[in-house]
Amino acid sequence: MDFSAIVSDALRSGIGPIAAVYALAAMGLNLHFGYTGLLNFGQVGFMLVGGYGLAITVSTYGGPMWLGVLGGIACAIVLALLLGLPTLRLRADYLAITTIAAGETLRLFYRSSWAEPVTGGVFGLQRFANDFYALSPIEPGTYGVWLVRFSSRDLWVMIVGWVLVAVVGGLLALLIHSPWGRVIRSIREDEVAARSLGKNVYAYKMQSLALGGVIGAVAGMMQAIQVQSVNPDNYDPGVTFFLYTLLVLGGAGRILGPVVGSVLFWFVLSFLDSALRQAIDAGHISPDLISTSEVGAVRFALVGVALILLVAFRPQGILGSRKEMLLSGR
Amino acid sequence: MRYQRMLVPVLALVLVMVPATCAQAQGEEVPRGPTFAARALQALIDGIQFGVIIAITSVGLSLIFGTIHLINFAHGEFVTIGATFAFFLNASPAGPGWHLIPAALAAVVFGALLGGAVDRGIWRPLRARGTGLINMFIVTIGLSLLLRHVVLVLYGTRPASYAQYDIQSALDLGPAGITPRDLTVTLLSVLVLLGTAALLQKTRIGTAVRAVSANRDLAEASGIDVQRVVLFVWMLGGGLAALGGVFFGLVEIVTWDMGFKLLLLMFAGIILGGLGSAYGAMVGSLVIGIVAQMSTLWFPVDLQYAWALLVLILVLLVRPQGILGRAERVG
Repeated sequence: MDFSAIVSDALRSGIGPIAAVYALAAMGLNLHFGYTGLLNFGQVGFMLVGGYGLAITVSTYGGPMWLGVLGGIACAIVLALLLGLPTLRLRADYLAITTIAAGETLRLFYRSSWAEPVTGGVFGLQRFANDFYALSPIEPGTYGVWLVRFSSRDLWVMIVGWVLVAVVGGLLALLIHSPWGRVIRSIREDEVAARSLGKNVYAYKMQSLALGGVIGAVAGMMQAIQVQSVNPDNYDPGVTFFLYTLLVLGGAGRILGPVVGSVLFWFVLSFLDSALRQAIDAGHISPDLISTSEVGAVRFALVGVALILLVAFRPQGILGSRKEMLLSGR
Repeated sequence: MRYQRMLVPVLALVLVMVPATCAQAQGEEVPRGPTFAARALQALIDGIQFGVIIAITSVGLSLIFGTIHLINFAHGEFVTIGATFAFFLNASPAGPGWHLIPAALAAVVFGALLGGAVDRGIWRPLRARGTGLINMFIVTIGLSLLLRHVVLVLYGTRPASYAQYDIQSALDLGPAGITPRDLTVTLLSVLVLLGTAALLQKTRIGTAVRAVSANRDLAEASGIDVQRVVLFVWMLGGGLAALGGVFFGLVEIVTWDMGFKLLLLMFAGIILGGLGSAYGAMVGSLVIGIVAQMSTLWFPVDLQYAWALLVLILVLLVRPQGILGRAERVG
């Protein structure tokens, strides 16, 4: 087995553009779930409207990219209002069910034959991010240190992605430690108490949902830019589940939780993938037990096990404080 | 009349095939031949058939919510496991090649045991540790990921059909039609739902389930063994979900992610009916099944699930406690 190849794969995904995208999306989810206590199980829906907002503006209507970015953000706000209006007054579980259903409904609408003239249906849309790559100051070629190499394109997406993570993280940190942040945390702890202090809990929850949704939409745009394509099948509900996994892993309710979680999640996932494949190829694992084509499924099953064990034994994750994360939900 | 006779099986085939193969469905038009009334009747029949299958799977989901307030995101996987376990016994080259009826019964038993096992193995210890409800939701996600991908490894991605009752010609019901297989599945589903209702209404354990759902603390104080009731609900839910999975696989097709697709419709059904109520789940699921199929009269078939999910959001706007739910639950 080529151990350095395994480490190289794992490191590349741990710090790569995908990890940045997931960290960003999970930061939005952290605002919802970690700070406000909102059970949003449809973060992927916000990523979808962000990615498609950009792609449709540029690819279908030939608009400029900045307009696409604004369009994606506007879509996320509209989606937050649509989701929040009926459910934020209700118990937390209603939001959970509605958001997962809304995410899936959006996916079905965007992939339907009816929407195909605009969204490309099952084929999606491609090549709408040329303007983004034209901005890149990096000369073509591959760059790297030690075992890790990236193409100039990936490096550019990565740099922008991690800069966005840093900026959003900084803004969130300021926001969370402002009076606004104290109110949303008090809503998480005890909604009735917050209401009895005269706070408009509904409005605060809505603001949190919209802001976290916009962050999710920006993550969706970065993801769409990275692969230069949007396809409805990239937005299945499983994405939100992975976001929860890495958020719980890193520590919900901590600014750096999603970042640490995302890096570790992708490092471990890629490590497992690469190691399992090599072990099968080298004959250490019998192909009758797991074949190479099943490796993808096996590592996701292991993600499931990890999530169960984490919540059971370390619900606060790596960075969290146990006292803050004993959410019970009303 | 001759052309109608030929079109009915074609129509039935399209309606049955299309939901399972949404990926390929590129806006096939429903054949124009029959009158609107005939197509509406056909869609209604298909809707009822689809609705009672969703109802069977969702009763357990709603009862589990009613007794321990847990939204079980892994419930769809019980459906898939029921369908694929029966497939293994019935039609898999590696399996024993049983007839579908004993295979289905075995799948129900397996589903019930699995439901009991996750309650004893996961939920009971977590309840004992005092794990918060929101954390428990996240555990159900982990369980869902685990079970779904174990099924994927064992079963594979290829859609398949059972060995028996695969291809049948439709019985002619005037302008519409239904195959004997689908008719049997529908009638059996109704019987199972009536049986479940009788179980909840007439037996001691059923009364205990309703008591725990209504007021857990009071039930516990009056000497009901809540842990036993919860175990029973998990086993009942697991068994029913497995049976629903076999039925769904029979009228459509067995796939590794069929349960997850159904899960969202189950959610829509139980919220529409009133979260936590078994009868609400039955009524709500029936409505969702009919909405999904009737929508194909006006809209493309590849959107039929989407309309059902939109109904859910509309219900939350207008009557969040659902048709049979009590307002106090929503709070």
